[in-house]
Amino acid sequence: MLKIEGVTCRYGKVTAIRDISLEVREGELVTLIGANGAGKTTTLKAISGLLPPAEGRVVFAGEEITRASARRILALGIAHCPEGRRVFADMTVQENLDMGCYLRSDKAAIVRDLDRLFARFPKLAERRKQIAGTLSGGEQQMLAIGRALISRPKLMLFDEPSLGLAPTIVEQTFAIISEIRGEGTTVLMVEQNALAALRMCDRSYLLESGRMTQSGTGREMIDNPHVKQAYLGG
Amino acid sequence: MRRLLPWLFVVFLASVPQWMHDQYFLHVLINTGIFTIAAMSLNLLLGFTGQLSLGHVAFFGIGAYTSALVSLGFDLHFNDSYVFVFERKPVWFAFVCGIAVAGLCGWAIGRLSFKVRGAYFVIVTISFAQVMRLVALNWVDLTEGPMALNNIPPITLGIPGIWELTFLRKLPNYYLILCVAVLSYIVIHRLVHSRAGRAFIALRENEPLAASVGIDVTRYLVLATAVSAGMAGAAGGLYTHYVRIVDPDIFLFIYTVTMVIMVISGGKGTLAGPIVGGLIFGMLPQVLREFARPEAQWIIYGVAMMVIVLFLPQGIVPAISALWRRRSGRSPDRSDPESKTMAGLHTAPGAAP
Repeated sequence: MLKIEGVTCRYGKVTAIRDISLEVREGELVTLIGANGAGKTTTLKAISGLLPPAEGRVVFAGEEITRASARRILALGIAHCPEGRRVFADMTVQENLDMGCYLRSDKAAIVRDLDRLFARFPKLAERRKQIAGTLSGGEQQMLAIGRALISRPKLMLFDEPSLGLAPTIVEQTFAIISEIRGEGTTVLMVEQNALAALRMCDRSYLLESGRMTQSGTGREMIDNPHVKQAYLGG
Repeated sequence: MRRLLPWLFVVFLASVPQWMHDQYFLHVLINTGIFTIAAMSLNLLLGFTGQLSLGHVAFFGIGAYTSALVSLGFDLHFNDSYVFVFERKPVWFAFVCGIAVAGLCGWAIGRLSFKVRGAYFVIVTISFAQVMRLVALNWVDLTEGPMALNNIPPITLGIPGIWELTFLRKLPNYYLILCVAVLSYIVIHRLVHSRAGRAFIALRENEPLAASVGIDVTRYLVLATAVSAGMAGAAGGLYTHYVRIVDPDIFLFIYTVTMVIMVISGGKGTLAGPIVGGLIFGMLPQVLREFARPEAQWIIYGVAMMVIVLFLPQGIVPAISALWRRRSGRSPDRSDPESKTMAGLHTAPGAAP
C-alpha cells in the first residue's frame, strides 16, 4: 500500500534520514521505533508531504507521491496525526473536527461520520463547544485522532501518540489505535515506548541516527538481542 | 440584539453630519474613516493570518498614486522617438484601477515572500514600502517627485449628461467613505467566516497542523495579502481624491505604524477591533489639540497607547467582550449560539459595525 524507497531528507545542510526504505501493506499496523532524533518524525513528514524528500521515492496505492503537496497526499488518503501540539488550541472541539473535514464536501456523510465519532468519544460530544486548548491532554489526543479519522483516511500516520500522556491515557490511546486498525484502516505509528509498540504491531522498523538498522515482526524484534539491549532495557 | 448593533452604529455614523455642522470635525472624521479602512485591511493580514506587514502603507500609496495617475493621465518618454501617452480616464475607473494594482502588488509580494515567513515577511514589506517611496520621489517624469501630483479630480459618479454626482465637498465624501468602510467590513466579515477564513485562522494557530489537514498554506496567505492590499489601495484612492494632492511622503513609515497601533489597540483578529482602534487613535490627536498644549499632545497619545497595551494586551474589543461575558454570567465555553464563530471573531457589543 505504501512503499518508501531510498528516501533521504535534509533540513538545510543537515541530513536527518538517509536512504530509508520501508513498506506498509494494506491492513497492517507497522511501527517505527528508535531513540530521540533518530529520524522517526522526519520519516512521517516525508510521507505526508510536510517535508518533501531530497532523494528517493514514496509510492502510495500505486501512485508516486514523492513531491506531491500535503493537500494532495491527504486527498489520496493519508492522514497525519502529528506529535506535540496536536490541536488548534484556540478553536472549539467542533471547529477542530471541521478542520479535519477540510477537503471533504459530502455534507451528509460528514454528519454521519461526526455522529459515529461522537459515539466513540462521548467526552468530545460533551465538550463540542469548548475551546480545545482547555481540554486535558488525553482529551486533546482523542480530538487529534478524531480530527484525523474524520478525513476518512486509508492510512493513518501516528507520531508519538503516547508523548506527554498519563499511563492510563496511553493505554487507552493504544487501544483506540488497535481498534482503528481493526476497522480496516492501515496504521503506521512512530513510538518511543518500544515495548508497547512492538507488542501491538505486526511489523516494525528500527531507526538509528537516520538509518534503518533492523526490521522484523513485533515478536522477532522483541527477541532481537540488539533491540533488547538498547531499547527494551536488557 | 448583538446582530443589530453594527447596523445601529452605522445609522448613528450616518446621522452625524445632520446634527454636527462643524466642517473641521467632519474633515477629521473623513480622515479617520480612511485610515480605519486601511487598518481593517491590515487586520485581515495581521489579525487573522498572523503575518505582520510593516509596509502596509505601500499598498495604500500605490492605490493613491495609481488612482491619481489614471484620472489625470500621464505620458512616459522612453526615448526621443517614442512617447507613451495615457489619456485621462473617468475617476471611478481610476479608483478601480488603484484597487486592482494594489491588489496585484499584494499578490506579487505574497508570492515572493511567503516562501519565507515571519521576520522575513516583515523585512520584505518594510523594504517594499521604502522602495516605493524612492520610486515616487525619483521618477519625476511620472510622479512629479517631491513637487507632488496636484489637481487630482474628485470622484464623480453618474451617467454623463443626465445625472452626475461629484464628491467635492466634505459631506458627500463623508458618506462615500462610510459606504466603502461598510463594504470593506462586509467583505472581511464574509471572508473570515468562509472556508478561506477558517484556513487563515488555522494557519495562525498552528501552521504545520494546518498543512497536515490539507490547507494549502501559501495559497491562502497570498489570497489574504492580495485582498488586504486591494482594500488598502481603496483607502489610498479615497484619500487621494479627497485631499486632491499626493506626494511621496504618503509612503512614510509613520502611517504604517498608525495602522498597526489602531489594529493592536482595538484588538487584532476581531472584526470590530480596527474600527474601535481607528476611531480612538484617529480622533485622539485632533481632540487633544483642543485642550492640551502642543508639547503635551503626543505625550498623552503615547501614554494612552502604553496604558492600553499594558492593561488590555489583547486590545479593547476582546477586553469588553470578556467583561460582557462575565457580567452576563456566561461560561467561557462559548455555548451561546451567537458566538459560534471562530476564536477571536466575537464582536464587542456597542463597538462594532
